[in-house]
Amino acid sequence: MFGKLTIEALPLYSAIAAGGAAVTVGGALLVAIVLTWLKAWKYLWTDWLTSVDHKRIGIMYIVLALIMLLRGFVDAIMMRAQQAMALNAGGYLPPEHFDQIFSSHGTIMIFFMAMPFMTGLINLIMPLQIGTRDVAFPWLNAVSLWLSAAGAGLVMVSLVIGKFSTAGWTGYPPYSGIEYNPGVGVDYWIWAILISGVGSTMSGINFVVTILKRRAPGMTLMRMTPFTWTALCASVLMAFAFPAITVACGLLALDRLAGMHFFTNAHGGNMMNYANLFWIWGHPEVYILILPAFGIFSEVVATFSRKRLFGYESLVYATAAIAILSFTVWLHHFFTMGSSANVNAFFGVTTMIIAVPTGVKVFNWLLTMYRGRIDFHPSMMWSIGFIVTFVIGGMTGVLLAIPPADFLMHNTTFLVAHFHNMIIPGVLFGYLAGYMFWFPKAFGFELNRGWGLASFWCWLIGFYLAFMPLYLLGLKGMPRRMETYNDPTWQPYLMVAALGAVVVLCGIASMVMQLYVSIRDRKLTADRTGDPFDGRTLEWSTSSPPPPYNFAVIPTVGDREPFLEAKKNGTAYRRPASYAPIRIPSNTPAGVILGGFAFVLGFAIVWHIWWLVIVSAIVMFITVIARSSDDNAEFTLSAGEVKRMEDERFRELGGRA
Amino acid sequence: MKLRGINWRGAMLVAGMALLTGACDLKRAAVLDPKGPIALAERDLLFDAFSVMMIVIVPVIILTLWFAWRYRASNTSAQYAPNWANSVKIDAFVWSIPAIIVIALGVLLWRSTYKLDPYRPIENAGPAIEVQVVAQDWKWLFIYPEQGIAVVNQLAFPAGRPVSLRITSDTVMNSFYVPQLAGQIYAMAGMQTRLQLLADQPGKFVGRNSQYSGGGYSQQHFEVVSLTQGDFDAWVAKAKQAPGRLDAQTYPAQAAKSRAVPITYYSAVEPGLYDQIIAKYRHSGHAHTQGQGSAVPARR
Repeated sequence: MFGKLTIEALPLYSAIAAGGAAVTVGGALLVAIVLTWLKAWKYLWTDWLTSVDHKRIGIMYIVLALIMLLRGFVDAIMMRAQQAMALNAGGYLPPEHFDQIFSSHGTIMIFFMAMPFMTGLINLIMPLQIGTRDVAFPWLNAVSLWLSAAGAGLVMVSLVIGKFSTAGWTGYPPYSGIEYNPGVGVDYWIWAILISGVGSTMSGINFVVTILKRRAPGMTLMRMTPFTWTALCASVLMAFAFPAITVACGLLALDRLAGMHFFTNAHGGNMMNYANLFWIWGHPEVYILILPAFGIFSEVVATFSRKRLFGYESLVYATAAIAILSFTVWLHHFFTMGSSANVNAFFGVTTMIIAVPTGVKVFNWLLTMYRGRIDFHPSMMWSIGFIVTFVIGGMTGVLLAIPPADFLMHNTTFLVAHFHNMIIPGVLFGYLAGYMFWFPKAFGFELNRGWGLASFWCWLIGFYLAFMPLYLLGLKGMPRRMETYNDPTWQPYLMVAALGAVVVLCGIASMVMQLYVSIRDRKLTADRTGDPFDGRTLEWSTSSPPPPYNFAVIPTVGDREPFLEAKKNGTAYRRPASYAPIRIPSNTPAGVILGGFAFVLGFAIVWHIWWLVIVSAIVMFITVIARSSDDNAEFTLSAGEVKRMEDERFRELGGRA
Repeated sequence: MKLRGINWRGAMLVAGMALLTGACDLKRAAVLDPKGPIALAERDLLFDAFSVMMIVIVPVIILTLWFAWRYRASNTSAQYAPNWANSVKIDAFVWSIPAIIVIALGVLLWRSTYKLDPYRPIENAGPAIEVQVVAQDWKWLFIYPEQGIAVVNQLAFPAGRPVSLRITSDTVMNSFYVPQLAGQIYAMAGMQTRLQLLADQPGKFVGRNSQYSGGGYSQQHFEVVSLTQGDFDAWVAKAKQAPGRLDAQTYPAQAAKSRAVPITYYSAVEPGLYDQIIAKYRHSGHAHTQGQGSAVPARR
């Protein structure tokens, strides 16, 4: 009846595991209680969970990302604490707990923090920037969201029922195979990634179609905002790269469930095939995450330097070049696998070539600041902190791109420091800059600047404290993922790194405070114009938050910075002569049902509860058929209704109109 | 010099001493303090590439901070050019500077990758001593085919003589890593990888597995000793006295999962044991893999 699932699956084997489970369950219960107390269940269901509005879906993605950021950070600080104490088998973690933590930290931060954060920001902003009313496939968008949430749910539930994978976020076989890892941990990992990966592939397709087909009249490709350009390139990468990891995980699942031998040691299986498939996704993934962040930096630097972006064409070509090159470098993740010098040298050189367009981008941001009027808004600070820190990570990346140098540094904490040096300043700082930049657009009030700056400084200083020692430890030959060690000279560095994690914790606390203070003061900082930062692009021409249809009349675009142009020549905020009725996709519970049963399906496969697998697959199938044959998937907002909402907007605008 | 109970002079002294100790400590950092020509060449590559890149990295960091300060909104005396957004000359400059640096580094990379190919024997240093390396859960087995001995968790060889390693795994993927002598390469079951190393002087070094492989991974380190020829001969003679022998019957017990295993010598090794360890992952009852038994390289 319950497959492999027994009472033994509860994490009562250690106080720390039980504590983690208790916090997870307690957190979920607390949210449920608060929602009940606020009588918000119905509102949540009708206005959010069943919504297909790209803005709401974007916000839900970002909420998911922020929650998972907290979970992933708890993992991080636990690891730093363990290693700071772990000299000669010290430390506080029970055996074989550390490996679950580093596995879940990486998995969560990449798949369930960075990916939803990026997808959320693109969802929220890109349709507004290209002047359309929604993404091309609104319901598919909801399905993508709920599949991502289902994957995240599987990772979270592994804290309470059973264990998580110990195979690291890369899940290399044969260690992740059934012979060496018979438990449910790797299965949780596989199904979390498979389910959310399908969502990401569909998001990629959705965004590509939206950007190519739904741009406002006059918005040629070379008039798109830098963020839209990077979103387009990242989406193309998503559509092409994610199938590779879906296949890799699918084959690994077949190895584990069906006794097949794609990646096992024996019967002709070969782990090297997995490494190739994984990184054929894994390297483009880095650019999937970082390109949209580059787009955000481009917009933020231009807006807060009060200046046009320098070298737009260069930046676009650099973005496209990076996107293409990203598929040619995957082997640099395993120079140490015994490939010939020909192969290693080829992939080393392609890797270095990526540094050229990336370097161009850095110069473009610099020259955008040059002769500007820089406002040190938190978003701008994230951008400046990014440039300074990112070039260091780029430099260490080029060092690792040289195969013989990589033989020395691979798999050490130098490598760990390098990729955190790319992903924290490059990806996370970018998303946080975007979060603080576009928050007023999403909610209609600004985020508190002081707490935003506090958060920035804590993150920046904490980053340097946490990762510079890891670079040095790598030079001292410390491999990654060590639960304990016997070299006393490592410990001081690890203590500084742990201190860094504490400073980052202050940064996260500042973000929480910022949210609290901003919500408390929302009346004071309300954004009535929809344009709090003297914005340049179309998203700032709508109200904050925008109406469900975004634009009552689809704008016609004649410039790269259409809204700034309109404000200059006085055509901004001009009331149209008349309004037309607008077709809007109807809310549907189909997305959340599909995601819910995808979660059940994954859980049932993990525990071999086959009847439940069949039941949930049937429910999902019926849901898709039912929604696809629904003829009332859209409703019409009458011209009068639109006029009423627009009149309210112009009342808010007051004198500006 | 006291401020709210903090002794600043003392604090600075402590900080200064910490930095100094750190610097001395780093001078001895494994990667920065190579003890053989391979690791030295690899480290020099790091230094060369690092120095070349500083040509751009330092100016970019300085310019970023300088521009941010100079063009701050409150500094109204600074020039403001809100529409300046294009310059063909600057475009050419920002594409060509990184390109030139990458070309320079690319040449360095291409040549060094061939020169330091871990499969390429060390030249002009005399005949190499052959050692077969097997990664196990969670220890390292070193088989000396010429000497007919085997050792767990200790790799000894004469200083000044090249060591040619053939590496495989009898478990999950491992990575054989000796930072002061040779860098690293993966060890994979059913396959063989290679690594060359040479120690200039007699000495003791640390070797590790750097690829996470399960519960005993953190303790899976081994001792690397380079000896004078005389000491090496004595070491071989001592190993020959050991009670244990390794053959197809005793091997499974030796290879069974174990943690923090002390250095163990085996006075005799069945010839071909290493090839059998590789072959057992390739004979699995499937007709099409029959007869491909001998060591199959990971590299084709």
